[in-house]
Amino acid sequence: MTSWVKIGKLSDIPKRGARCVTTPMGRIAVFRTSADEVFAIEDRCPHKGGPLSQGIVHGSAVTCPLHNWVLSLETGRALGADEGEVRRFDIKQEGETLLLDVAVMAVAAD
Amino acid sequence: MTEKRKLVVIGNGMAGCRAVEELLTRAPDHYEITIFGAEPEVNYNRIMLSPVLAGETSFDEIVINGADWYAENCIELRSGEEVIAIDAAARMVATDKGDRCTYDRLLIATGSLPFILPVPGAALDGVIAFRDIQDVRRMTATAEGGGRAVVIGGGLLGLEAANGLRTLGMEVTVIHLMDTLMERQLDEAAGFLLRRELEGRGIEVLTGATTEEIVGDEAVTGVKLKDGRTIPADLVVMAAGIRPNIALARDAGLDCNRGIVVDDFMQTSDPAILAVGECVEHRGQVYGLVAPIWEMCRAVGDTLADVESAGYRGSVVSTKLKVTGVDVFSAGDFAAGDGREDIVYRDAARGIYKRIVISEDRVIGAVLYGDTEDGNWYFGLLKEGENIAANRETLVFGPAFAGGAPQDPNAAVAALPDTSEICGCNGVCKGTIVTAIAEKGLTTLADVRAHTKASASCGSCTGLVEKLMALTLGEGYSPAAVEPMCGCTELGHDEVRRLIRAKELKSIPAVMQELEWKTSCGCAKCRPALNYYLVCDWPDEYADDYQSRFVNERVHANIQKDGTYSVVPRMWGGVTSSKELRTIADVVDKFGIPTVKVTGGQRIDMLGIHKEDLPAVWAELGKAGFVSGHAYAKGLRTVKTCVGTDWCRFGTQDSTGLGIRIEKFMWGSWTPAKVKMAVSGCPRNCAEATCKDVGVICVDSGFEIHFAGAAGLDIKGTENLGIVATEDEALEHIVALVQMYREQARYLERIYKWARRIGYDEVRSQILDDAERRKAYFDRFVFSQKFAQVDPWSERVSGKDKHEFRPMAEIGFPQAAE
Repeated sequence: MTSWVKIGKLSDIPKRGARCVTTPMGRIAVFRTSADEVFAIEDRCPHKGGPLSQGIVHGSAVTCPLHNWVLSLETGRALGADEGEVRRFDIKQEGETLLLDVAVMAVAAD
Repeated sequence: MTEKRKLVVIGNGMAGCRAVEELLTRAPDHYEITIFGAEPEVNYNRIMLSPVLAGETSFDEIVINGADWYAENCIELRSGEEVIAIDAAARMVATDKGDRCTYDRLLIATGSLPFILPVPGAALDGVIAFRDIQDVRRMTATAEGGGRAVVIGGGLLGLEAANGLRTLGMEVTVIHLMDTLMERQLDEAAGFLLRRELEGRGIEVLTGATTEEIVGDEAVTGVKLKDGRTIPADLVVMAAGIRPNIALARDAGLDCNRGIVVDDFMQTSDPAILAVGECVEHRGQVYGLVAPIWEMCRAVGDTLADVESAGYRGSVVSTKLKVTGVDVFSAGDFAAGDGREDIVYRDAARGIYKRIVISEDRVIGAVLYGDTEDGNWYFGLLKEGENIAANRETLVFGPAFAGGAPQDPNAAVAALPDTSEICGCNGVCKGTIVTAIAEKGLTTLADVRAHTKASASCGSCTGLVEKLMALTLGEGYSPAAVEPMCGCTELGHDEVRRLIRAKELKSIPAVMQELEWKTSCGCAKCRPALNYYLVCDWPDEYADDYQSRFVNERVHANIQKDGTYSVVPRMWGGVTSSKELRTIADVVDKFGIPTVKVTGGQRIDMLGIHKEDLPAVWAELGKAGFVSGHAYAKGLRTVKTCVGTDWCRFGTQDSTGLGIRIEKFMWGSWTPAKVKMAVSGCPRNCAEATCKDVGVICVDSGFEIHFAGAAGLDIKGTENLGIVATEDEALEHIVALVQMYREQARYLERIYKWARRIGYDEVRSQILDDAERRKAYFDRFVFSQKFAQVDPWSERVSGKDKHEFRPMAEIGFPQAAE
């Protein structure tokens, strides 16, 4: 089951940048790549909890601002020698509008 | 023989006529055909309008079907007659000439309409689209008088129009809303190359520019942009996109979304009515390119001829720009992604960029610039979904390639013209070095240094000189390995810095293309370094790329382990007042700031501030006159002082005053790594100046200047630069020294490491002994400060980068589904 919620427009996020969405389950980081793809992952680095939304975005990866772990935005997994994973959320674009799937949160709230 | 049915076609364009041709090859006698065309012309090849505009061909040559074709096939052509209504129930169309015409089957091929921006002045005389031969004639006529043209839209059509108008001798400006030209077809790197080519042809390109108004009384006189600029214009071409022309179909009650909805057999919601071309929407897609339209025409031909077929299944599209001498090709999906591999090939000398995107051993996208010969081959691989695992290594070299061609690490240097300066310290050009090596038979670096002085001073161009030796001497010389900046390039920091200047590279995409970066957009290591190098070298021209900065420099505060931030306002020379302290106390209370700490740099740090609160905290601090202390920056941090002659019985000079003067002169400058300074009023050195990046010890006879100290990971006392008599001289020496460091050091390299690497004597000889060079460094620093001394906090209080400080959305607990 999916449950799509509007979170804003693509142009709200700078290219090669990110914005946050606050939820009862914590912050979700929404990324926009240089090719205008969007990804949503938990805003917590698996290493020491760094806010990934504040990192530098390159290709479809982000480098954590605290200790330079590099995480794949597509799989949520750490790249290179590091091991760890963050949660991914489904996100889609309809025209300019961005929609986030909050079904997992609804389940948690029940 | 059965009686012929009646087919009416609305639209004498490319799709309408091609569909009829397809029908005739299948079933020449099924229908009595009437074609209505609003334009008073025979059928011509619309995609060739660009070459007509550029004067490379003529209208006659782009006519697809002349009058004889209609006659031979017994087709009634009613050109210049527009269908104004469809009565689907009566199976009849009505025209603007008051005529009516019945049909058994109707084919709608009304194409698309140019999108006219809804801005004031869009209806002024001289504002046109680029859609039909009339527009081209209008452009050609205007261009005869020379003058200025503005093209709104930097997509395929807009750029072709711009190039045509330029060829006809007009001054042309392209205004594009996005940052990259043709952003739907090209990535940043290819967009950069295209822009450079067009600018080289004398076309002005303004990206990230929003049109606010078209100005003029009756005829257009200019285009006003949102940023306030007005671009003068005698002609404005709107090329901001196209919209399917669906008015007739919608009024007739056919299902329409963006386009007229059709199924795989090009059937609309009315079984007697078909539609084809740019006006249709098929499986949610609308097409504006010719290849898919030809495919649709084949399907519509089958349907009309009652031939059973698989129908039309949608198209993967590829694009080529029709500007003579500019080769651009793009196809498929070229976004970066996981499990996707980018194969990038750049040849700076020939201006070539190729990027092939691969996923699961299949080509899924391609962007080619400069050499598009293999475009169709890649497009074929893409459409067929062919497995390319076997020739992955050589894929980027195209189908003709056999055997590997490793990237040549000397290519960037080989491409430099002989007049490029290699050694900045001694002003030695490439040509001089190459000539000396060849004529004097030099074979070692020491020889080259002795004869040409290249790399004999600071040594930061050593890598380049060695590459020149390798190029000139061939295999007889193997240069020492230079540690590359990162995995994206073979070049080291020093080489990149020298090449940025020698080749006058002024943007990150320019550096990556010209220096043949191996990735399409760099990584978290090279992007911040390149951003700094460009800010340093082109302070007035380079637009700082905030997305290439670490978070601290992007939000102007220091990130802490829990994701909160700390804020340190500037306290000039470490001096404060009751008013400042009271403001800080109030801010701490108001925002519930958990920790307040005095720093080692003689100022106050407030820790644990939430990002969302930062602008409000800065606003309060700003009211008391505080500006950012740049405690987060690779830039000037603090100038620590003692109280000097103001209070101290041992003080020899006004150390506090000098410290404040230096800090006020140098704040806001970006440097390779952080810079901390101190001024002590006597040799007792209470400000601890002898372990700083730059320190001053005041003595009776003047000011002793020290540099290259460290008190962090490494502990190191400073080196003595020399003694000067006056405050003015002290300031000039210090500023020149820092500018030399700014220009030469590698990103993240502190002053002590840089100075040790190039030699302390080299610093002394350039800064202390060479007055002319010192003055030149000083002047360059002063120039760069004109652009750097802006308080980032007050900018953000006034709304800059608002997006950084607010969540995009807040989601509560969702309601359980009913």
